[in-house]
Amino acid sequence: MTTTLDTPTKSTGSPGVTLSLLVRRNTWTLGLVGILALLLVITRMIQPNYGPAGIQGLAISVLPLALAAVAQTCAVLARGIDLSIGSMMALTSVVSATLMEERSEGFAVVVVIGVLVLGLALGAINGALIVFTRVPDIVVTLAMLFVWAGAALLVLNTPGGGSAAWLRRLTLGPVFIDWVPKAAVLLAVVVAVFWIPIRRSRLGLSLYAVGSDPLAAFRSGVSVTGTKIFSYVLAGLFSALGGLSLTATTGIGTPVPGPYTLMSVAAVVLGGVSLAGGTGGVLGPVIAVVILSLLRTDMTFLNVDTNLATVVQGLILVGVVMVGSLIQMRRRET
Amino acid sequence: MNVAEAMTTGPRWLTASGIRSIFRDRPMVPLLGLLAILVVVSEVIRPGPISLNWAGVMIRAAVPLAILAGCQTLTMLTAGIDLSVGAVASMSGFLVATLVGDLGLPMAIVIALVVSAVVGFVNGVGAGVFRVHPLIMTLGMSLVVLGLANVWQLLRVQTGSGVPIEFRQLGANIEFGFLPVSLLLFVPLALIIMYILNRTGFGRLLYAIGDNEVASRLSGAKSWQVLTVLYVISAVLAGIAGFLFSGLTNVASVTLANSALLPSVAAAVIGGTSIFGGRGNYSGTMIGALILTVISSILSSLGYPEAVRQILFGSLIVFVAAAYTRITGEAGT
Repeated sequence: MTTTLDTPTKSTGSPGVTLSLLVRRNTWTLGLVGILALLLVITRMIQPNYGPAGIQGLAISVLPLALAAVAQTCAVLARGIDLSIGSMMALTSVVSATLMEERSEGFAVVVVIGVLVLGLALGAINGALIVFTRVPDIVVTLAMLFVWAGAALLVLNTPGGGSAAWLRRLTLGPVFIDWVPKAAVLLAVVVAVFWIPIRRSRLGLSLYAVGSDPLAAFRSGVSVTGTKIFSYVLAGLFSALGGLSLTATTGIGTPVPGPYTLMSVAAVVLGGVSLAGGTGGVLGPVIAVVILSLLRTDMTFLNVDTNLATVVQGLILVGVVMVGSLIQMRRRET
Repeated sequence: MNVAEAMTTGPRWLTASGIRSIFRDRPMVPLLGLLAILVVVSEVIRPGPISLNWAGVMIRAAVPLAILAGCQTLTMLTAGIDLSVGAVASMSGFLVATLVGDLGLPMAIVIALVVSAVVGFVNGVGAGVFRVHPLIMTLGMSLVVLGLANVWQLLRVQTGSGVPIEFRQLGANIEFGFLPVSLLLFVPLALIIMYILNRTGFGRLLYAIGDNEVASRLSGAKSWQVLTVLYVISAVLAGIAGFLFSGLTNVASVTLANSALLPSVAAAVIGGTSIFGGRGNYSGTMIGALILTVISSILSSLGYPEAVRQILFGSLIVFVAAAYTRITGEAGT
C-alpha cells in the first residue's frame, strides 16, 4: 500500500507508469466495464439477434436512470444524499410536458431552459434547507420527496401533456451508424458539458474536499455551506435533465415518481462512489446503471419474471455493499 | 458538527435555557400542545363532530402507523433506520390473506411473522455484522421483499376469502362508539416497547450504541448482537402492523403499507427521536403518529387533494425537525 502514496510524484514519468496509475486509480470503474463487456457477450449468446434495436432500447431506458444516478453522485460526493431525485424528475417532467403541449417548436426551447432553471431552484431549496436548518440530509430530502411529488400532482393530476418534436427526435434513433443510439450520445454530451468543467474547477475540487473531510475543508478556507448547497443545486440540475429526458422519451409527463431515487442510490453504490463522500466519479454510476438495465433485459430474454428481476437487483445492491465493506474491514485489520 | 456550530448560532430567544430544557427533557409537553391546537383547528374548520367517536376513528387510523413508527424509533435510537417496514407489513398482511384459507388463521399468522423475522434477521446481519449502512441494507431488502411478494402473488392466485374476518374486527371495529379494538393489541405492544426501552439492559444498549458506538463497544457491548435482535424485533413489529393495515382497509395487496413508510419516519422525527441516535422515546412517537393522522383528517375534510396533503406533510417534517435541531442545539453531520 505504501507505493500508492508516492505515485503522484512519479506520474510525470514514463507513459507506462502513467497508465498503471490510471488503472490503479480507476480499478473499480474498469472492473465495471469488464462486467459490462461480459454481460454484453452473454446477452448476445442468449439472444443471437440482439443488435442495434436492442442497443437503442437499452440506451433509451438507461437515459433517465443514468441522469438520476449522476444527480445522486453529485449529492453523495459532498457527503450528502438526495432522496428527492425521483420526485424532482416527476415535477420537472410534468412541468415541461404541460408547457410544451400544443405549442410551437421554438417555444419548447424556452421551456427546456426554464425547466433547467427550475431544477436549479429545486436543488437550491433542498440544499439551503439542509444547511440552514442543520437537519440531516436524509430527513430533509425525505420530506422534500413528499413536497415535490405533491407539487407534481398539483401540476398534472394524471399522465398527460406533450413533448416538442425536436426534443423527441433528440433521443430516438441512431447517429451515423445503427450501433450508436442518439440517447447514448446525448447522455455523453450532456454529462460532459455539465460535469467536466465542474470537475476541473475549484468548485469540483471543493465538492471532493467537503466530502472527504468537512472540517479539514473548512479550515483550508473552503466554504462548506456554499459547497453543500452547490452539490444539491447540481443534483437538482441533473434531476431536471432526467425529467426532460422522461418527457422526451415517453412523449408525456407522469406525475407519479418512478423508481429513480432507489435506483440512483443503488447505482451510486455499485458505481464505486463511497456513501461517506469524497471518492468516485460520474462514470462508475453511469456504467452501473447500464449493467443493471442490461441485467433486466437479459432476464426478460430468459423469461424470468420481472418481479424476480427486482429481487435480483435488490440482492445485487445488498451483496455488493456487503462485499465492499468486508474488503474495507480486512484492510483495516492488516 | 463543529464547522456548522462555528458558523451559525441560533436565535437568542430560542436558546433560552428554560425552553431548551422543556424541549429536551419533556418533549411530550410541546407535542401534546401541538396536538391540542390541531384538534381545536379541526373543530373550528369543520364544526361539530369532535366527539368520542371521532377520537376513536383517529386512534384507529393512527395505531398501525404508530407501530411502524415504533420500528423507526427503535432503529433510529441506534442511528439506523428501517426502510423495509412498508414492504414487510404489506407482505405479512398479504401472506395471511392468501394462506388463511388453507392453513387456518393461527398457522398463517405464525408463517407471516416468521417470514418477517427472517427479513429482519438479514437486515440485522447486514447492518450489524457486515456494517452495511442500514439505509442501504433495508432499502435493498425492501426491493427483495416486494419482488418476492409479487412472485408469490403470481404463484398463488388469491382466493376470494381475502382478509380474515378476525383481522377486520381487530383493525376496523370500534366498540362502545369510541374504543377501537386495535387498542387491545396496541396497548400491550406499546407498554412492552416502552418497558424494553426504559427498564431493560437491551434498551440501555440501544441508547448507548446510538450515542457512541465505539465507546459502547469498548465497554463490552456486542453491537452486532444487539443490532441483529433489534432488526428482528423491528420486522416482527412491522409484520404485526401489516395485520392491522389489512384489517383496517380490508385489502390485501403487496403494496398496501408502502405509503405508510415515509409517514412512519415522519412520526418518529416529529416525536422527538433523533436520526443520529441516542435520543428519543416511544411516547413521543405515538403522539407524532396521532398528530399526522389528525392533520391528514383535517386536510381531507377540507377537501384538499392528496397532493396538498403530501406537500404539507413534507413541510411539517422539515419544520419540526428544524425546530428540534435549533432548540436542543444538536447539529447535523
